[in-house]
Amino acid sequence: MSTTENTTGRGTKDVHIGDDSAIAREAVLPAAGGSDPRPLAAPTTSVNPIQRDHATTIFEKSVAGRRAFVAPDAGVPEVALDEIIPAAFRRKAPARLPQVTEPELVRHYVRLSRRNFDLDTGFYPLGSCTMKYNPRLHERVGALPGHARLHPFQTADHAQGALEVMYGLERQLAEVSGLPHVCLQPSAGSHGELAGVLLARAYHEARGEKRTKVLTPDTAHGTNPATVTMAGLEVVKVATNPDGGVDIDDLRAKADEDVALIMLTNPNTLGIFDPNIEEIASIVHGVGGVLYYDGANLNAIMGISRPGDMGFDIVHFNLHKSFTQPHGGGGPGSGPIAVSDRIAPYVPVPVIRREEVPAADGEGTTHRFDLVSDPDRLPDGAPGSKTIGKLRGFQGNYGVFVRCYSYILSLGGSGLKDASEVAVLNANYLLAKLEELGVRKQLPLAFGTRCMHEFVISGGPMKRELGIRTLDLAKRLLDHGFHPPTVYFPLLVEEALLIEPVETEARETLDAFAEALAEILREAGEDPTIAQNAPYSTPVRRLDEAGAAKKPRIRQPIA
Amino acid sequence: MTRYTTATDADREAMLAAVGVSSISELIAEQIPQSLLLDRPLDIPEGLSEQEVYTELASLAARNTSAEDEVTFLGAGMYDHYVPSIIDMLLGRSEFLTPYTPYQPEVSQGGLQVMFEYQTAISELTALPVSNASVYEGPSAVGAAAYLAKLVNGKKRIVVSAGVHPHTIQMLGTLAVGYGSEVVVVPLKDGATDQEAWAAAVDGETSCAILQQPNFLGAVEDVQALSDAAKDDSPAVVIGAYDPLTLGVLAPPGETGVDVAVGEGQTLGNRLDFGGPSFGFFAAREAFLRRMPGRIAGETVDVDGRRGFVLTLQTREQHIRREKATSNICTSQALNALAGVVYLGWLGREGLPELANLLVQRTHYARTTLAAIDGVELLHEQPVVREFALRLPGVDVEQLVSYVQDHGVNPGLALTRTHAGTYDDGLLVAVTEQRTKEQIDELAALIGDAIAAQRGGATSANARTEISA
Amino acid sequence: MADASYPEDLKYHPEHDWARIDGDVATFGITWFAQDALGEVVFFDAPDVGSTVTKDESYAEVESVKAVSDVIAPLSGEVVEVNPALEDSPESINESSYEDGWMIKVRLSDPSQVDALLDQAAYVASLD
Repeated sequence: MSTTENTTGRGTKDVHIGDDSAIAREAVLPAAGGSDPRPLAAPTTSVNPIQRDHATTIFEKSVAGRRAFVAPDAGVPEVALDEIIPAAFRRKAPARLPQVTEPELVRHYVRLSRRNFDLDTGFYPLGSCTMKYNPRLHERVGALPGHARLHPFQTADHAQGALEVMYGLERQLAEVSGLPHVCLQPSAGSHGELAGVLLARAYHEARGEKRTKVLTPDTAHGTNPATVTMAGLEVVKVATNPDGGVDIDDLRAKADEDVALIMLTNPNTLGIFDPNIEEIASIVHGVGGVLYYDGANLNAIMGISRPGDMGFDIVHFNLHKSFTQPHGGGGPGSGPIAVSDRIAPYVPVPVIRREEVPAADGEGTTHRFDLVSDPDRLPDGAPGSKTIGKLRGFQGNYGVFVRCYSYILSLGGSGLKDASEVAVLNANYLLAKLEELGVRKQLPLAFGTRCMHEFVISGGPMKRELGIRTLDLAKRLLDHGFHPPTVYFPLLVEEALLIEPVETEARETLDAFAEALAEILREAGEDPTIAQNAPYSTPVRRLDEAGAAKKPRIRQPIA
Repeated sequence: MTRYTTATDADREAMLAAVGVSSISELIAEQIPQSLLLDRPLDIPEGLSEQEVYTELASLAARNTSAEDEVTFLGAGMYDHYVPSIIDMLLGRSEFLTPYTPYQPEVSQGGLQVMFEYQTAISELTALPVSNASVYEGPSAVGAAAYLAKLVNGKKRIVVSAGVHPHTIQMLGTLAVGYGSEVVVVPLKDGATDQEAWAAAVDGETSCAILQQPNFLGAVEDVQALSDAAKDDSPAVVIGAYDPLTLGVLAPPGETGVDVAVGEGQTLGNRLDFGGPSFGFFAAREAFLRRMPGRIAGETVDVDGRRGFVLTLQTREQHIRREKATSNICTSQALNALAGVVYLGWLGREGLPELANLLVQRTHYARTTLAAIDGVELLHEQPVVREFALRLPGVDVEQLVSYVQDHGVNPGLALTRTHAGTYDDGLLVAVTEQRTKEQIDELAALIGDAIAAQRGGATSANARTEISA
Repeated sequence: MADASYPEDLKYHPEHDWARIDGDVATFGITWFAQDALGEVVFFDAPDVGSTVTKDESYAEVESVKAVSDVIAPLSGEVVEVNPALEDSPESINESSYEDGWMIKVRLSDPSQVDALLDQAAYVASLD
């Protein structure tokens, strides 16, 4: 049996589904100032009644006759539908959408929103996700009609401002990555990866080489191998050395003429900057391979070190991580790529061109931006001149570009560097604080002694000594008002917790988080069942995920 | 120090002391080889205050001609529909705007229930039983559906109608390299997919057959006939790329033989945003549930028996199945899909068909009015919902667009931009509920003027057309 | 979940699969160890009746909430029956690994392959 897994898959084992007759719904609520009905510790945060709403969907709130939409008058002579669209092509019965008024709609979704934890409310140290503050300025400028209501097929002459934003962002990202050309098109990091692997493939094939292998470290994010398969290539795993970096001997053994590229994250998913990166680059370049940099962890190195200078040919950015695009509860993101000169001809189209043109007043020249999709209109060797085509419609998530361009204008070059430096400082400070509080005895650092912007601790000793697992610790953190770190990733660390504190968090917040961890460990020493049954103060408690997977109910049945 | 980084000088000093280093540079130099440290500042100007950044972005916005600045009839994949005010309010709420993907379901019930409601709405709209929580956007949703087909039947031939959006067709060519597939394009006949050519192209080795409804030229396809033909002696998965708003009037994919319905969700409460972000919807027959890409929310109960929602069927996904995953996609487009489900709830059961009827009526009026102009003819006579294609023989359409835009109206897409050599004299016109009869009449007058100006003025455009013909 | 057990009348494959031999037909399943490592099973992706399985190669997948495992064929042959009850009750793989949780029945193409499988004692020893 060979198993692929992420978390242990056994978190639901000790979950039993209670029945309402035994414990009345509200009885599990710790009444304000009252006592908890069960022999469990009281939650540390109070519960808002709205958060404990019984979940009712908008479809269940539907009442015939209610409506929010009132159509404007057509204002044109009405023609019978049959004369325009044959009945055979038409819908027989309307889609059973909800029938609700606008006030009900607003209340429903506002109440739902209050059943979410969010970054504006509390600390969100999800490793490799870079949950940094999302400036509200960006929402304001993104909503300006000149940006928000600009049609993607608008002619270039009527979209010069937008093309300047995109061109400017391309230049900024090129400078941060140390690579000359940027393509903004991919929709997310994983989409950028797909672009990158297809680019490497096109580059080799144009040289008459059919390379099939992609090297990925065994610590890699799951998107790396999934992307490789979608690009029609084959994954070859490279081992990790005891220091958390790429095992150079294993790399040498696997680097051969069939290698199309290697995909690396640096600092890696353990928060460790691989000191052998130059040697890795030279080994892979030595066999003719391309180096791909997964930019998931770029927040550690902006203005400090550049993937292009490390020898990488292709980099993807997660604009929703380092560059503050709000995560939106799981999208939208954006995953631009930066590439070296040798990869540039293959990038997706359209490409943005900046051209010198005579000034309107006839005095000297000015510049104009254009979007070019036809490779024949591009000079030989220019970005896009041998394009792989397109990865999606239009030119990318422009609304994200506006926000990220604004962010880089706000911070400037030195501000970006400061952000990364403080991210690294915060992570190391939190590590020191965990040491000071004794937390690291049961939650030791998995690799090394210091870290870049994030670090991995192992819940292995905690599990053995206190009888609580990383999952339990994470759930108990919810009662303390913190979002847990990334758990059970990376896979090679037992009971892993991947913690990324980011630069926008204050020292007091880090202290409070460290103290919460210490408190949970102390509490578990007295009574492990408290964490094992946590959380208590959340809109719902542990959910039956196995039940959900066995008999999937993925839509609301409608009467 | 930036206005978003929190550590003061005093904080830094105290924190460095706690770490046991004298400076941040020392902390970094311990970990990054000297040769890899950037030995100069980034060549990006110094940071600006909030008001300066606002001014800069506002001045850039002012250099765009948006749908606020002109009366636009431009569509071709994204449309200027009205976005109700409640969407701005709800999407701006911190609780929806700033969380990550719902990895901790106990504190993500809001987002998870939104996904569940969204999936329900998409299933109702498409009459297909399973929907995921959304993918990136329209064309790439088609690419993801083609990957599903490849996983399902292992075949290597992708048949696509020429009526599918040109970006989608180009993207399929790009992805097919990775899928190890070939792409076969079936031509149009009278503006709709040539049914004989379609039936001939879909064979026993065909993985999927892809159509668009309505197609790129606005024509309503006979989807049932195309589905039937594609399934005749073929394992092909029939994929339909739909404009969701038109499902207010058109027969849903689930009732016309389509196996996987995908499409661009921008028209459902999302802004134009110069092309993104928006969302792609993805719905399928029950049999494909475990081959679906992306996130899916499912209903369950918690330990106290309370109803709740979780991400489910995660073993399909990259973080578990890795190289064998159904897709490399990580997240959905949660915020954009939220706009979608709120918009569908706002339209409601009666509102969606009413809006669709409004689009049909105004579009019919526009089509009739414009086709009556001297020098304008219909590119095809198929039924349409909110978009139609015209031919202007002998007219330089790009020049016409420019002329009409100079008068404050964007007449639509000059088809030479997407179909050079095929529809050089074509114009694709979209009519949303934001376009009134008066605006349509104004457009007709301006097109008439533009044609007259070209005929009366320099005839270089005509000359060019004759040479190329 | 039942306690650990490894019946003596079964043959075992090192990838934690068992086979119950009955003439030229064998019943396959996964061992207690395998189901314990996987956790609560939520889905069994069965092969088609009539398809062939090859010794040492995967013939099906079994899923828990956050893990997927290939199920390895201990012997080669043609699938003559799949356990229909697993569609509705995949948890039988956990609760009754050797009885209700059986996965497929196979008409063996080479019964001599049985000789290469482990007996109970050898399999249990391999778990340490």
